[in-house]
Amino acid sequence: MLFYILKRLAFLPVILLLLSVLIFSLVMVLSPYERLAVFITDPESASANVSYEELIIRYGLDKPFYVQYWNWLSGVLKGNLGWSPSARMPVTEALARNIPATLELMFLGVVIIFLGGISLGTYTAVRHNRVPDQVARVATIIGVSMPEFIFGLFLLVIFYSILGWFPPGRLSTWAEDIVYLSDFRRYTGMHTLDSLLNGRFDIFLDSLRHIILPAFAYSLGLLSTILRLMRSSLLETLSKEYVMTARAKGLKERLVIKKHARRNALLPIVTVAGSVIARMLGGAVIIETVFNYPGMGTFIVNAAQGLDFPAILGFSLVIGCVIILTNLLIDILYVILDPTISLETSNE
Amino acid sequence: MNNLKRVIKNPLGLSGIIIILFWGSLALFAPLLAPPRNPDNPYAMKRIGYSSIPSPPSEKAVLGTTGGGYDIYYGMVWGSRNAFRVGLTVVLSTLVIGVLLGGLGAFAGGLTDLIVMRITDLFMSFPFLIAVIIVSIVLGKGQDKVILALIIFGWRQYARVMRSEVLSIKNKDYVTAARSIGISNFRIFLFHVLPNSIFPVLVLAFLDIGITVLIAASLSFIGVGAEPGFADWGQMVNFSRNWLLGIEGDPLHYWYTYTYPSLAVFTFVLGWTLLGDTLRDVLDPKLKKKIKG
Repeated sequence: MLFYILKRLAFLPVILLLLSVLIFSLVMVLSPYERLAVFITDPESASANVSYEELIIRYGLDKPFYVQYWNWLSGVLKGNLGWSPSARMPVTEALARNIPATLELMFLGVVIIFLGGISLGTYTAVRHNRVPDQVARVATIIGVSMPEFIFGLFLLVIFYSILGWFPPGRLSTWAEDIVYLSDFRRYTGMHTLDSLLNGRFDIFLDSLRHIILPAFAYSLGLLSTILRLMRSSLLETLSKEYVMTARAKGLKERLVIKKHARRNALLPIVTVAGSVIARMLGGAVIIETVFNYPGMGTFIVNAAQGLDFPAILGFSLVIGCVIILTNLLIDILYVILDPTISLETSNE
Repeated sequence: MNNLKRVIKNPLGLSGIIIILFWGSLALFAPLLAPPRNPDNPYAMKRIGYSSIPSPPSEKAVLGTTGGGYDIYYGMVWGSRNAFRVGLTVVLSTLVIGVLLGGLGAFAGGLTDLIVMRITDLFMSFPFLIAVIIVSIVLGKGQDKVILALIIFGWRQYARVMRSEVLSIKNKDYVTAARSIGISNFRIFLFHVLPNSIFPVLVLAFLDIGITVLIAASLSFIGVGAEPGFADWGQMVNFSRNWLLGIEGDPLHYWYTYTYPSLAVFTFVLGWTLLGDTLRDVLDPKLKKKIKG
């Protein structure tokens, strides 16, 4: 097991390298003039006595692909991802600031999607073809078809415009003052966790008030997906012979489901978990824009619109790491759930 | 034909077809329903005025206008044509690429298969939506760039599904039989392998038409893609963002700016989901057994 994990981790840099070449070549499609725009931050510097050609040479934008790529890569190896003009700070710092906000959102999303999807899926499968099952069938079709940004706006209209309960953003102004200007310790950068560690229950409630709508808005679609999958998977398991045996020996139905059926029914959920996490990352980009929630999503949208390629490359590396590590975790979870699969064989 | 009958008999499938037909006829008759001012550029939304404040439904604009005086009715009608254009172009192109790459790779086996699958893995290792955002930004402004970006990253799952399907049938007796009587590999792939492995991919494609439009709309919503004033539902929703709060004492004052385009995107995607779901149940023999049993 340990050997397998180490082997997989050894592949991580290879995939990241390929990924960075892919994105770097995309950026290189742009002409040096377009890429120069990144370095000109205000109109003053553009009208200075330096010609564009000189600037292009100064920043090495006319060099061949591999030279520019090598320059960037050697920086990365030293832990320097470059300067992000759109965030007006080094890329590493911008990432460090934005990652916790998105992670916080994703943690909450994972809880809603998987816990909600699995338990509701079990609930409906057990009541196959009865009223709760029919309701869920229609509701999940709506959930799958509802674009995140539209559901987000819908929630904003109801809970912010009309009721005034859940405002957009990440913290109220008064709470922001405390978090960033007082002796409040930011251990993780995740406000809900930090506020509890600092013993500030008022800030915990305030951050919860801000995070609940976006988390719910971008979980609906995937919650529906998981619910549908869990339902059909459990229905299939419940028709298996070993379940019949368990019933025949007089086991209570609740125990049959809990001990025999559910564990096996969970396998398809684990299979799709990786793609669910990937889709959550994409959803975060959209939903952060809807709710003006400052995180990785708003950061990358700004960076992309400003053609800020050091930021785009840095962001891509982080996302690549997240995806690869998630897939590794899922493979391990798979073995824990299903003893008949061994890593040595599933590997090839 | 039998399958089609089964789809129509299913209430969910039938509602899906009705929704798609509704938007389809709107898209088809767009030039009659909302005659463009400039026939060369019909996707440019008609402007009733230039006021930055939306105006409620009136005789001039049946469904009202967005901020900037864009006619919502016009945007709805031409937006439907745009939705079909995006959905069908992307899905058809990715389908062809994915089926050929995945299918031929698996059929040829060996090194070809290995290379194709590693490329697919590389494309798979990155979240779809984020990849599309980055690529369409790099390509430049415009709906066509979004379509191209969606195609560049969209083929990967078809390649995967197609590969596993072809692998499962390529050693079946009828393929071996065809080979033993000397039929060329190309003909075997086209007439024996392809027709027997393509259904799961086709079902996926039906579901994807709605999802593609959903993603394109999301992109326009965050300001990537369609140029300002382009008849695109996602962009119309984006226009309405500033008016969500309504006015003092009347939070729903500008309801028309977001209600219509949101409903349009939602029902369009819903229609394809309903149809795709039903098709999957009808066409997938494995699932059919499950439903009967």
